[in-house]
Amino acid sequence: MASLDDLKKRIASVKSTQKITKAMKMVAAAKLKRAQDSAEKGRPYSEKMNNIILNLSEGISDKENAPKLLSGTGKDQIHLCVVMTSDRGLCGGFNSNIIKKAKSYFSRLSSEGKELKIITVGSKGNDQLKRVFGDKIIENISFKNSKNANFFDAEKVSKIIIEKFQKEEFDICTIFFNQFKNVITQIPQAQQIIPLKTDIDDKEKSEDNYEFEPDEDEILINLLPKNISTQIFKAMLENSASEQGARMSAMDNATRNAGEMVDKLTIEYNRSRQAAITKELIEIISGAESL
Amino acid sequence: MREEFKLEVVNPEKSFLSKDDVTEVVVPAFEGEMGILKDHISIISFLKPGIIKIYSKLGEEKYYVEDGIIEFKNNNLSILTSSIFNIKDMEKSKIDEMLKVAEEETAKDNISDQAKYLIDQKIEVLRTIN
Repeated sequence: MASLDDLKKRIASVKSTQKITKAMKMVAAAKLKRAQDSAEKGRPYSEKMNNIILNLSEGISDKENAPKLLSGTGKDQIHLCVVMTSDRGLCGGFNSNIIKKAKSYFSRLSSEGKELKIITVGSKGNDQLKRVFGDKIIENISFKNSKNANFFDAEKVSKIIIEKFQKEEFDICTIFFNQFKNVITQIPQAQQIIPLKTDIDDKEKSEDNYEFEPDEDEILINLLPKNISTQIFKAMLENSASEQGARMSAMDNATRNAGEMVDKLTIEYNRSRQAAITKELIEIISGAESL
Repeated sequence: MREEFKLEVVNPEKSFLSKDDVTEVVVPAFEGEMGILKDHISIISFLKPGIIKIYSKLGEEKYYVEDGIIEFKNNNLSILTSSIFNIKDMEKSKIDEMLKVAEEETAKDNISDQAKYLIDQKIEVLRTIN
């Protein structure tokens, strides 16, 4: 049995850990609120953008010669996967969930004989992927210095992607991120952004005929790169809300576990203290008896 | 018959402006300035650097934009832009700075004609505000 002194030290150390996790939980909760707000505020932009593109792609006259960002290269040999994770750890299964999703996608690709290229956004994803897929990672982007997800960063990522697309370095691009559902649930998502998948819902299909100025094709050429930035920005917003949510629940659990541990250790401490007292008493009594 | 329609300006971070009592909006569309009144035909167009003028009962408001896309449908005008500033709030020092960056950009040789055209536009507009 550990000595009384050791137990005392352990209780103190668990208590201070509990203080840290508690503080982290509070910080995450405050940040979560902000991240959720900005995710909500960012929604109208991406929705409208989607709507316009939908209308445009329907109105496009010459489907054969549609911009490549919309129609694709016609092949699906080389896949580019953009794995978006956080830059910080201690957020439960947040990063591992994305990585797991991405890895299962990667193994499916390789079993189909496709070529794989990876861009990681966020250093945690890079850390986890470089062991197995190190040779596949062509770029690692990290925004450690930006406090919140901002559109400027999203544009940087999309610029890299579009440049690579124009050099025909890949055919299909998919982004991986966590979608925020609620504080406890974040759903890892794989979303294909090049070529663009337009899920045309018959209900939302508008009957209007638009005027285009300049013509559809030219607008699309200008709009599609913007849409990619928008999609990436959306993913970043969802990701940052998810990260804070995941951290909050992870730290909540950690705080609770630390509390349980303190209770257990305290009981053990009291027991051994009692045992020591009893032992001393027995020694005194038996010493007195033997006289 | 009311002559007003709805206007919404959104940027990626938030909904920037929302009004339902505008009477006319003048936007710097790619092929020239375009005034939009109520019951305009449905249109999609994109913007070049310039000034958006919004007329409502309260008077005129001016915003500087660098890029964006507009959609007008059923008397709803949506402007999507990633960079928009109220001219009233723009400080001179900031405009000067933006001008400087733009001038450096246009001096480069390796930019495409279209990019050069857009930057020259931007410089011109910034000069008028200044």
